[in-house]
Parts: sequence; C-alpha cells; structure tokens
Amino acid sequence: MQSTNKDWYLASFEAFEKSLNGEMKSSFHGIRKEAIGRFAELGFPTTKNEEWKYTDVSPLTRLRFQPVLQYAGEGVSKKDIERFRLGIQDSHVLVCVNGHFSRELSAIGKIPAGVRLGGLAEEIRSGNQLVEQYLARKAKYENDSFTALSTAFLMDGIFVRVPDGVVVDRPIHVIFISQNQDTEVVVHPRTLVVAGKSSQAAFVESHVSLSSRPYFTNVVTEIVLGENAVVEYDKVQMDSTSAFHISTTHVYQERNSNFASNAITFGGLFVRNNITAVLDGEGSEATLNGLYLATGEQLVDNHTTIDHAKPHCPSHELYKGILAGKSRGVFNGKIFVRKEAQKTDAKQTNKNLVLSDEASIDTKPQLEIFADDVKCTHGATIGQLDDEALFYLRSRGVGLEKARDILIYAFASDVVDKIKVAEMRETLQAMLHDRLEQSRAFNKN
Amino acid sequence: MGVRKEEKGNGMLEIIDLHAEVDGKKILKGINLKVNLGEVHAIMGPNGSGKSTLAQVLAGRESYNVTNGQVLYDGQDLLDMSPDERARAGVFMAFQYPVEIPGVSNTYFLKAGLNAIRKHHGLEELDAMEFLKFVKEKAKFVNMDETLLSRPVNHGFSGGEKKRNEIYQMAVLEPKLAILDETDSGLDIDALRIVAEGINKLRSKNNSIIVVTHYQRILNYVVPDYVHVLLGGRIVRSGGKDLALQLEDKGYDWVKEEVEAVS
Ligand SMILES: Nc1ncnc2c1ncn2[C@@H]1O[C@H](COP(=O)(O)OP(=O)(O)OP(=O)(O)O)[C@@H](O)[C@H]1O
Ligand SMILES: [Mg+2]
Repeated sequence: MQSTNKDWYLASFEAFEKSLNGEMKSSFHGIRKEAIGRFAELGFPTTKNEEWKYTDVSPLTRLRFQPVLQYAGEGVSKKDIERFRLGIQDSHVLVCVNGHFSRELSAIGKIPAGVRLGGLAEEIRSGNQLVEQYLARKAKYENDSFTALSTAFLMDGIFVRVPDGVVVDRPIHVIFISQNQDTEVVVHPRTLVVAGKSSQAAFVESHVSLSSRPYFTNVVTEIVLGENAVVEYDKVQMDSTSAFHISTTHVYQERNSNFASNAITFGGLFVRNNITAVLDGEGSEATLNGLYLATGEQLVDNHTTIDHAKPHCPSHELYKGILAGKSRGVFNGKIFVRKEAQKTDAKQTNKNLVLSDEASIDTKPQLEIFADDVKCTHGATIGQLDDEALFYLRSRGVGLEKARDILIYAFASDVVDKIKVAEMRETLQAMLHDRLEQSRAFNKN
Repeated sequence: MGVRKEEKGNGMLEIIDLHAEVDGKKILKGINLKVNLGEVHAIMGPNGSGKSTLAQVLAGRESYNVTNGQVLYDGQDLLDMSPDERARAGVFMAFQYPVEIPGVSNTYFLKAGLNAIRKHHGLEELDAMEFLKFVKEKAKFVNMDETLLSRPVNHGFSGGEKKRNEIYQMAVLEPKLAILDETDSGLDIDALRIVAEGINKLRSKNNSIIVVTHYQRILNYVVPDYVHVLLGGRIVRSGGKDLALQLEDKGYDWVKEEVEAVS
C-alpha cells in the first residue's frame, strides 16, 4: 500500500517534468530533482515517526490526487475575490489559483519603490538573486516528506520582497484558492517573503476553496527577516470541510527582528500546521499564536517549533483550541534552546475548550534545553465551558446558545485581539460564529 | 391585565412544599412561602440553612435537583422554565458570589440580556448607543464607576464592586421578582447605604423583592413587610420586621430550641 501511494507521486512527477519543457534545463530544476529524490527515499511518514505520532496520514495517502500543471484561473471571478478579502480594506491582494499566481485576479495598490509583490514563477525564470538565495533553502526538504513534495512540484507561488528600511503600511493579503470541479487535485501553494533590514510589513495568507470535492493542499511558506525587521503573519485557513491541508511555515530571523504569527484554523477535514521560527540573531523575538476550531469529523494538528539559536531572545506562544462534535486536536510545542542561547526567555501556553464528549485533544510541550541560564515556562489546559458562567449569563435573560457563543468568543478573544490587522478581527468573530452554528446544525442531524 | 390579576389575587410567587437536593444531599425540606406583588420579604437563617439553595432553585440552577413541590410565578409553573426563560419573564437573582467571566464585557453581556428580555415583551432591541445611554443612567443608582461597565464581568472587581454590579444589573433589567442573596454582606456602611438606596428606588407596587441576609442592618434601610427564618431547609418562623431585630439580638438558638420543643 505505502509504496504504491508513493509511486503515484513519483509518476506524477515524471508527467510534471515533461510539461516543463525547456524549463527543465534551469538551475532550479536541479533542486526539484533532489527534492523528489528525497521524497522517494522518505515516503510518507507513519505514526512511528515521533513527529506524526498522533496523526495518521493514511486517509490522505490513500487518495490519488491529480497535480495541476498549469494555470486554471478560469472560473474564478473578481466577485469571488471580494468575498475572500476578510473585511480588510485597501490591502494589496495577491491571488493564486491552484498554486498558480493570477495577475488578473490580483489587485496591488500603490507600493513603495523597490517592493516586489507578485508571482514566483517569473522570479525563478529571471534568476532573481534573493530567490536563488532563499527559496527552498530555509524550509528544509531533506527530512520532511511534504516539504520535499512541495519543492519537487514547485513551479509558481508568491514572492514578496520588502527592501531595507521600507514600511509597507497596508497589509499584503495572499489568497490561495483551490478550484476543482471534476477531479481531486493536489496543489502546492508556495510563498517566499524576504523582509529587508529595518523593514516592516503585515502579511495575511488565507486558504479558501470554491468547491466541496476533496483536494489536498500542501503549503510551504518561507519568511526571512533581516536585522531589525518587523513582520506580522496571519494565516487564515478556511478550506472546505473535505480538504486535506498540510502546511509548513518556516521563519528565519536575524538580529533584533520581531516576528508575530497568528494561525487561525477553521476549515479542512484533515489539517496539519507546522510552524518553525529560528531565532538566529541576538535580541530577536518571536510570537506564535494560534486559534483552532474543529467540529464534525475534523482533525487539526498544530506543531510549533521555536529554535533559540542565539542569546537574549524572548519567545511567546499562545495556542487556543475549540473542539466540538467528533473532532480531534493535537498540539505539540517544541522549544529548542541551543547551548549558545543564554538568557532565553520562552513562554508557551496551550488552552483547549472541549465542547462535546466525543471531541478530544492531545497536547504536549517538548522542551530541549542545552543552555543553563534560561527561563522557559509552559502550560497546557483542557476544559469545558464554565457552568457557573453559563448560568450567570442565562440568569440575565441570555438564551443558552447565545450564552455559549459569548463564552466561546471570550475564550478565543485573547488570540483574536492580538491580531494587528484590526479589520480582520470582526470577520474572524463572525466566522467563528458561523462555524459554531454549522456545528450545532450538524449535531442535531 | 388588571382583571387577570384580580382572579389570581396579587400573588407574585407561591412556593408549595418545595424539596431540593444537591449531589444526593437533601437541603430544602418542604418550603412554603407566598409573596404578593409589592411586598418585600426578608429571609434570614444561619450558615448552611439553605438560603442560597432556595435562591438558586428559584433562578433555575440545574445542579440543584427539585425532588418535590411546586413553584408558581405569576401563575406559571416556574420550575418548568429554563433559567433564561425565567429571567425573561422577570425573575432576577443577585448572586451571593457573583462569577468572574474574563473576556466578556459587562456591557456586552448585559445588552444581550436586556435585548432578549425586550424581545420577549415585543419591544424593539436597543442598539449599542441607546444601550450605553440607558445604562449610564442606571449606573448612577448604585454610584457605579463607569469604567466598570466596560470591564469584563466581575473580573478583578472588589467584593463591594461585585455587589454593586448585581444591583446595577437589577436596575437595568427591571425584574418583577428580585431575589437578593446576601447583597449586603461584605459592604462597608457607606456602600451598604448606597446599595440599599438603590434597592429602595427600584422597589415599587409592581414588583416583589426577597432579601436574603444574615444581618438586620440592611433591613433598617430596606424595610421588609415580612421576615422569615430558614432553618435546616424549612421556614420555621415568620413575622414582621421586629422578628429581624429579635434575631439580631438573640441569635438563632432560641428559634432552634422552640422548633425542637415542638417536634
Ligand atoms: N454542591 C454541593 N454539594 C454538597 N453540599 C452542598 C452543595 N452546595 C451546598 N451544599 C450544602 O447545602 C447546605 C446549604 O447551603 P446554602 O448555600 O444553601 O446555605 P446558606 O443558607 O446560603 O448559607 P450561607 O449563609 O453560608 O450563605 C450547606 O450545608 C452546604 O454545605
Ligand atoms: Mg448563602
């Protein structure tokens, strides 16, 4: 079984190579070949692999997804895009359909000189030096099957470059749309963000779909922060509830840079998010926050890693989960403190609200500390809605469902409130509400 | 409306042989009590006698199990209603220990409550601006600091602020039947006066109030029509406001002795 599924992707790669024609001779193609080679050796992970202990990928590997070899933006309208803007006004909108950048559907406003926002394919073709320097170099494919697959099939995606000293004041919003009417497809949304020295930007990455047929979206995002750069990264995952979503975000930080991510997970049937921040410069700071809501039969697995490689770096982590229906959650928070990384101050919290008897969560901190003068704290909780609070609200006339909603929002609010792109917060609250309603409707059936 | 009231008398609340238990432990053992419209009743009794249990049962707390008896509220079967239905029908309980709810603003939740009640009565819901104007008036009833209005419900409030918040909510929701569970305990004399004055302003011919307390002090301000002694899950004695003075003076032992002598 295992080998045939692997073979399916290897065969797909051959077809993909043929479709590339002349591009096969480009220098990047060497990396693709290396990556598929690694995938051939690694295969898909099993639950024997410590990183995949709680999440069995066989429901994903059993299906035969078709790669999307060329741009198929037809069937997506500007109106669809409006719907997906998350209420953010005047953002620079970059749209990818099935992993391919669409200039027609994108809407890029006035940007400071030197900023580049656009497709990755043209940058690879033109031999952009930053792309050569960073693409597939930060998110390592050597030991990760899914990153290897993404890299092997890498053709297009998004490239963002903010030059030294430049502040982009409106959010950059990348919308990844999956579109498959007739077949079950696999897409590889890929992004490279390079934020120069003392630059600043807010980057929103959202994942949506226009069909309810199963698809597999295998996301890789690489973000590089130069010295003193400040980047907010909000990932909003709203795939259809029959989708498989696996994503890897790799963040590399130089001295005094500041990175904050907010990973919001609402959609998908099978979701695995990996985020890694490497604090590779003194005084750099990382904040990884997350909110996941799982209902029905959803599985949501969040794996975070903070790699403290240099001294004097604080890191903060707050992940909150709401689990309803028969859903399952996994949280694994790894904190590495390397020998050199003295005066590290790392704080990790994972809190879960379990709304039904059939929902469950596995949560685990994983600290690997090799320095001796560090502060690391972590805590995880699993709880239900507070009956006393619920009664208090109801005793003032608030109906049961509304009272539950209020308490659930309250639980989620300290993550949502930290998002700096303020216009998005209201949209997220509304989405939370909708998802909970759907979940209730689902439970009544 | 008036005619219907005539037929029922002016009974607001009628508790008939009420028995209740929690976690298998019998606490209320046959409560009988009738409260008419416009009356103020005080319920006094030693610690653990079942006062809060009675209040919580009337408000609809599900962890208390009613094993026998009946409660009529304005002619309706109160025990058949959910806690929020009771609130919408005009029942209000001020908690002895108000819950802290981080992340939920006092204003937001109270607006949800008030609008649910208004909707129930066929009134238009208030929008955020209208509501804010309305509650600012009400906050003055109990000298409530305006900054508390937007803070998370009771979160980090002092004991006195929590009690004021309860009466402020009563002022906003304008219940027909208010059960105030030890709203006076823990208040200094100034705060007590302010809260008591607030209660008096809300007291009217068209509502009824049950004041649960240990101390006679609050009854100097909120003068009750009747005083009841709750002991071991039963009302063992009822009287006028003088009974409260007697209890303050002599404690509960003499009541206990009298009850034991009879049985
Ligand atoms: N969850 C529970 N499980 C077991 N016993 C309980 C529970 N809740 C209350 N009790 C008991 O029920 C009895 C009555 O409690 P209640 O709170 O009604 O008393 P009270 O008259 O309000 O006392 P106080 O004056 O101290 O407020 C007490 O003995 C108390 O310990
Ligand atoms: Mg009590």
